[in-house]
Amino acid sequence: MRHGRTPFIIGFLAVPVALYATFVVAAYIQTFQLAFTNWSGLGTIKYVGFDNFERLWNDDLFWRSVGHNLYLLILLPIITIAIALVFAFLLNAGGGSHGGKTRGIFGSKFYRVIFFFPQLMALAIVAVIFGRVFSTDESGMLNGLFPESWSPWLFLADERWALTCILAVMVWQAVGFYVVLFSAGMGSIEQEVYEAAALDGANRITLFFKITIPLLWNTLQVAWVYLGIAAFDAFALVNIMSVDRGGPDGATSVLAMMIYRNAFEYSQAGYASALGVALFFLTLTFAALTLRVTRREAH
Amino acid sequence: MTTTDVTAAPAVPRPLARQKREKREFGALNGLAHLALLGWAIATAGPLIWVILASFKSNTEIFLGKPFALPSSFSFATYADAWTEANIGQYFLNSVFVVAIGTAGTMLFGSMAAYVLARYEFRGNRFLYYLFVSGLAFPTFMAITPLFFILKNLGLINTFTGLILVYIAYSLPFTVFFLAAFFKSLPHEIDEAATVDGASHTRKFFQIMMPMAKSGLISITIFNIVGQWNQYLLPVAIMQGAGADSKWVLTQGIANISVQAGYHAEWSTLFAALTLTILPMIVVYAIFQRQIQAGLTAGAVK
Repeated sequence: MRHGRTPFIIGFLAVPVALYATFVVAAYIQTFQLAFTNWSGLGTIKYVGFDNFERLWNDDLFWRSVGHNLYLLILLPIITIAIALVFAFLLNAGGGSHGGKTRGIFGSKFYRVIFFFPQLMALAIVAVIFGRVFSTDESGMLNGLFPESWSPWLFLADERWALTCILAVMVWQAVGFYVVLFSAGMGSIEQEVYEAAALDGANRITLFFKITIPLLWNTLQVAWVYLGIAAFDAFALVNIMSVDRGGPDGATSVLAMMIYRNAFEYSQAGYASALGVALFFLTLTFAALTLRVTRREAH
Repeated sequence: MTTTDVTAAPAVPRPLARQKREKREFGALNGLAHLALLGWAIATAGPLIWVILASFKSNTEIFLGKPFALPSSFSFATYADAWTEANIGQYFLNSVFVVAIGTAGTMLFGSMAAYVLARYEFRGNRFLYYLFVSGLAFPTFMAITPLFFILKNLGLINTFTGLILVYIAYSLPFTVFFLAAFFKSLPHEIDEAATVDGASHTRKFFQIMMPMAKSGLISITIFNIVGQWNQYLLPVAIMQGAGADSKWVLTQGIANISVQAGYHAEWSTLFAALTLTILPMIVVYAIFQRQIQAGLTAGAVK
């Protein structure tokens, strides 16, 4: 009965493990190794100790990029989850209760289909579209919609607002996914719970805060983690949409953008890897904090 | 039992004034709800409709006309330009090719690994499982620098083979994570019966387990197709060098057309290219809307 068990296990694991070890595990490990070299990408590799990290510590653009990542990390989940929760609630219970049953709002299926679509599009394509939507002249959708007496808005070309524009696009793309996700979660909440609360005279706003949110807590945590990961990325948006790829004047620079430019444009493979290590520890901190908050809330 | 209690309860008359007040409050809230939902629907569809309209407009119309005005004529010349001269056709086919093989490979190798890790006990099983799953936690571009040089050493930079292998490798963590949980949940009785009947391990996997796991496999296939179709960082990092532009995938190609269009401030070709990218997706989405939503949210619902 156990005939051929070991060869079978090895045979099934060989290719996936080999691929994963070569392209993923080895790459992650080498990030740590290269971070201690001044390698340009060509020629011999020389170890330089903590030089890269010292340089990073004194690099203004690095700290600004970290700041921008944190800005996205905090605001993207909060705004997206808040909007998605409200919409999901309106779609599911917005029709009020009729004959003791809470109903979805009229057209809820239609809204769900439309809202979800942006999630299907590549961030790169979204970035190209919104690069045009935010255009600073009359060819842009928004400036074209504004009254002609207004002077054109600068959007991405304005240092103060460029990062907010990028955040807005991320929210635009993400909301629909979480509406669907939260709707599924809300659908699994027992009708009786709502009915009992409604009988006690709870209005819809009380229902939302006292019943929906607590019962949805697990899904909210998942959403938080997903959006956190998305906030650490933003590469496609910054690379395609922003002025000067990270500008104007570094106003939209994020770690991913810095890593890419150092690795492939400035021939600074060592420094790019050091940035990768910094990103590793930021991600780890985010994960640890999330776990910690999760645990506290569980009690 | 409880349901009868509940449905009976609203029959108890409540003060009329309160009922009226509730009704009014309800109506106002409802109106606001519709307004908010409609607003977001317009904000979602607006930019896409604008892109499609603009793809038929001349440059002058784009600059001087109202954004949502209808084009003065419907000419498909810009589309022909986008398809051939701007190479959208080529990029499209490249994407189809890479994603077809990439997803097929991911599903095959991912389900093989997941199955063995989920249903066979052996030394190192947990270690391998956590090795795969840990790949979920860290962003890809953290390792993008060494990845480039690993591929370069293997002679795989600027090749479809390299890109496909990397797609498979980076899709494995989620695929293994999800499918391992799925294979674990399948009943053991059928498995045992097949063993008694003398089915080999390999046959059991392909003829019994895979069909039983169909619903999970479909979800993850959709997830991987969308994920790989939308990849941008990996192709940008890997498909570079001499002659790379003929091997670009769609995301890369569109981004490049956008840069080129910027130099000449000539936008209609870009809008046609974008429309050619978005429309097939809208069609596919319209048909498989439920499956796609289920596939993409699969990981989060679990």
